[in-house]
Amino acid sequence: MSLDKATVAHVAKLARIRVEESDLEPMAAELNNIMTWIEQLNEVDTDGVQPMTSVVESVLRQRSDDITDGGYADKVTQNAPASEASYFVVPKVVE
Amino acid sequence: MSELTELTIAEARDLMAKGETSAKELTEAHVAAVEASRSLNAFIAETADQAMDMAARSDDRRAAGEAGVMEGIPIAMKDLFCTFGVHSQAASHILDGFKPPYESTVSANLWNEGAVMLGKTNMDEFAMGSSNETSYYGPVENPWRRAGDNQSIVPGGSSGGSASAVGARIAMAATGTDTGGSIRQPAAFTGTVGMKPTYGRCSRWGIVAFASSLDQAGPMTRSVRDAAIMLRAMAGFDPKDSTSVDTPVPNYEDGLTDGVKGMKIGVPKEYVVDNMPAEIEALWQQGIDWLRDAGAEIVDVSLPHTKYALPAYYIVAPAECSSNLARYDGVRYGLRVPGDDLTSQYENTRAEGFGAEVKRRILIGTYVLSAGYYDAYYLKAQRIRTLIANDFKTVFDDVDAILTPTAPSAAFALGEKSDDPIAMYLNDVFTVPASLAGLPGISVPAGLANDGLPLGLQVIGHAFEEAKVLRVGQALEDAAGFSAKPENWWRA
Repeated sequence: MSLDKATVAHVAKLARIRVEESDLEPMAAELNNIMTWIEQLNEVDTDGVQPMTSVVESVLRQRSDDITDGGYADKVTQNAPASEASYFVVPKVVE
Repeated sequence: MSELTELTIAEARDLMAKGETSAKELTEAHVAAVEASRSLNAFIAETADQAMDMAARSDDRRAAGEAGVMEGIPIAMKDLFCTFGVHSQAASHILDGFKPPYESTVSANLWNEGAVMLGKTNMDEFAMGSSNETSYYGPVENPWRRAGDNQSIVPGGSSGGSASAVGARIAMAATGTDTGGSIRQPAAFTGTVGMKPTYGRCSRWGIVAFASSLDQAGPMTRSVRDAAIMLRAMAGFDPKDSTSVDTPVPNYEDGLTDGVKGMKIGVPKEYVVDNMPAEIEALWQQGIDWLRDAGAEIVDVSLPHTKYALPAYYIVAPAECSSNLARYDGVRYGLRVPGDDLTSQYENTRAEGFGAEVKRRILIGTYVLSAGYYDAYYLKAQRIRTLIANDFKTVFDDVDAILTPTAPSAAFALGEKSDDPIAMYLNDVFTVPASLAGLPGISVPAGLANDGLPLGLQVIGHAFEEAKVLRVGQALEDAAGFSAKPENWWRA
């Protein structure tokens, strides 16, 4: 396994983080170091072991599907960098 | 400065009950300490006016006979907790200007019990770090320095500002959060007590999420009793957190001093790691002797998958982080850096808003969750997590608690490890296993390293048996008689 420059560029694109072309190489080296260290997990035989889904044995609670909160769009949008009439404003998406 | 800042929560509570001091007096003394200690960079938002107002209302409640368990106690709140109308940015640039229109459950619980907020404490950005050097607001200094040396020492992380504030007697106590060791390791580095409760004990609602299956809030204090008092106020069932556990919160002070006579304490051989300083091993042995002398039976135990906890953590935590931090898109709150279109706006915002360590973890997380790798990394790590939890289960069939060092070294100098991510990650080698298993753990100051910096011992317990963990912690505290304090070089 090796994380090359192209993989880092692809992952950065998936994560929506702009990475300068000149930073890809050092970043790949750094991430490779970490991933190589993580590879030691392959020494462990995990055949037949269930992946953990919850640290505390519990069944998720259910609740009735009622509206119990809301009705304050102004509070929801008050921290937005740009908002108008209770809407978040973003650059034009659909031509 | 005044002696009021030397008081523990329990002492201040008793003095207030006798009418010998007041929330107002205590808060004034601590507000002054906050202002005089800015060189530590422990606080990133000070709320002096709000503190004085809360103190006045606290004294009114006490006069009306309505004192809560944290009544009048001035505390610091980690910046990861959302506090109504007050700076809550997880020490990140990307949450610039964010002022929550709501209050986290844990902070609300503390205010309901009478606590007073001095301000928001610095931390590693999004709680990702072990030295408080990844904060957008700059590093925090540890009030402790090596003997005969002026070099700046890190307070540990991620709850570094909280640890520094409590260790430096600026706040009587502080909240922390612990994902892989972020309460316990900074507590060890600053000569303070830090407790991570069982996963599910404290509500995560309103705490900025890092790794949701691991994050837990807990108290940071100067005594085990104070941790017991504060945890009781913080904990409790919350329907707003689907993983919050609906089980009664006991009064953790009950039986706190009953001692460890007849208890079985496990000592796991796998916690001896390469290059561990002799003084850490010596301290651990000292802790074993203390508990044995106090009447506990010491049992050698084995947690065979211990060495795989840290690499498994560095899959699970980044994976969950990459998912949780997807919400920072420059649309709904915080920083926005414009681009040619919506996608480039996302990319520019996230490139500028996140620091290097946060980006590193998002990229690792995105990679291990990406198509074709999910089984090989994330599922593999979750299987190993099951093995680690099973290791603990087996051992806990036979013992009441486990004793280990908290960290593999004393605190280090600023900049000493910041260029080597894996060396930094190794700080959490003793704290991460309990995190992965969701178990409660406490770090208690137990002695000084040869260079004069504090060292901590960790007690790990059964799920939801915080009371027993605190009891063992109390026995260690009693035996250690840790009374060393940092020299006061930082006060203006």
